[in-house]
Amino acid sequence: MAYSDKVIDHYENPRNVGSYDKSDETVGTGMVGAPACGDVMKLQIKVNESGVIEDAKFKTYGCGSAIASSSLLTEWVKGKTLDQAREIKNTAIAEELELPPVKVHCSVLAEDAIKAAIEDYQSKQSD
Amino acid sequence: MSNRKLPVYLDYSATTPVDPRVAELMCSYLTPDGNFGNPASRSHEYGWEADKAVAQARAQVAALINADPKEIVWTSGATESDNLAIKGVAHFYKKKGKHIITCKTEHKAVLDTCRQLEREGYEVTYLDPQSNGLIDLGKLKAAMRDDTILVSIMHVNNEIGVIQDIKAIGEMTRERGIIFHVDGAQSAGKVPIDIQDLKVDLMSFSAHKIYGPKGVGALYVRRKPRIRLEAQMHGGGHERGMRSGTLAVHQIVGMGEAFRLAKEEMAAENERLLMLRNRLWDGLKDMEEVYLNGDLEQRVAANLNISFNFVEGESLIMAVKDLAVSSGSACTSASLEPSYVLRALGRSDELAHSSIRFSFGRFSTIEDVDYAISLMRDKVEKLRELSPLWEMYKEGVDLSKVQWAAH
Repeated sequence: MAYSDKVIDHYENPRNVGSYDKSDETVGTGMVGAPACGDVMKLQIKVNESGVIEDAKFKTYGCGSAIASSSLLTEWVKGKTLDQAREIKNTAIAEELELPPVKVHCSVLAEDAIKAAIEDYQSKQSD
Repeated sequence: MSNRKLPVYLDYSATTPVDPRVAELMCSYLTPDGNFGNPASRSHEYGWEADKAVAQARAQVAALINADPKEIVWTSGATESDNLAIKGVAHFYKKKGKHIITCKTEHKAVLDTCRQLEREGYEVTYLDPQSNGLIDLGKLKAAMRDDTILVSIMHVNNEIGVIQDIKAIGEMTRERGIIFHVDGAQSAGKVPIDIQDLKVDLMSFSAHKIYGPKGVGALYVRRKPRIRLEAQMHGGGHERGMRSGTLAVHQIVGMGEAFRLAKEEMAAENERLLMLRNRLWDGLKDMEEVYLNGDLEQRVAANLNISFNFVEGESLIMAVKDLAVSSGSACTSASLEPSYVLRALGRSDELAHSSIRFSFGRFSTIEDVDYAISLMRDKVEKLRELSPLWEMYKEGVDLSKVQWAAH
């Protein structure tokens, strides 16, 4: 499997690895995938009062493309409003990382992860 | 700065380099100044010389397993040997019965051949191995029926290196009058084989797993009692009608020489390989959440298969790109199914996805192993820092109880 330079860069120097406290009211957590499928992605966003994503962190169990997809995503969501972040499409991730067709599911997982994180954050606010 | 060639090759179960002594000999059977004749040419010296070379190679292959050279049929490799043995027996003996027994951890060359026979109307029982990879002989016995014509069980598993008790299985099949085929692709040259002491009727071999060339193999076909096969390849009636096609003399000579060297050097080599394997396992086994796949005792010296829990195999392979190893994870396949061999042992999907196979050989060194140990320890730790599963494990979460959003 030949990876693109961008995948290798994100894989070797993953951005924003880490975790926030899940119970923090300003944090939204999205955990998607399953060990049985070979990938699990955990994406966390930290949102300020004006609804802008201040910071993001991730941890991923999966192949290089899954790790790169989530690492890239944390870079992209920073500074975006929740609505803007929700608009991020897996195709954009796949294109940026030049993922081959067999790895497109990794970018789908990343899109699912940001949507799940936003949902989690918003459900906390409505409580 | 080390002058070691990177990546370090620890994938000898996939294939081996051709031993330079073998390659040199092969070259002398190709060019105009060499022995390039067709062994089927009976009318001139070029043919006679080639025929002599093939006869010698046949004797060398037979000698490694203590067989009669007349019992060796040349093929293009172990896959063809498996096909010829299984389809050949099934088709020839179909009036006797249509039931075949094999195991879920067999090589695809056996499993897919059995699947094909199922499409042709045969019935196949796929045995579950025990959790250590070995077959439960009681289960095998229970699976035998009056219409069972063939049992096909591999000698050494390609992924986990475990050695099946083919002597005991042979006693059981012979007693019931069932033909016994063994895929020996991973065992020749690694485990002593005395076919006179085994009630094995057919055995598949490959050259490229033991320092011979790719593209050549052999099938042992027992003469006493005589085993009949329906040919799969028709033509000039070569190999006593069992496998037609002009013999690839240079390949055959290479296989013969490789088997001769194996016979000569196996004992000493095994001792060295066992030392390397123990060194690798000793260097890794104290890590947290590391699991050995397959029985450690009933195992070839050259194989170690380890699951590094909470780390995905493909990313690990990527992290240790300076090691040429293979993984039981198959993230690129459409199914995302991890190793079917590890799944058959009852390993969880996570552990199957997290497995790495190390296999050593003639040109492996202590330095290679030490390099592998330090690289593995370092990279596994790094990937675990990235792993949400490791984090959950550390928090005391029982991962088997988590509801995953499978995709």
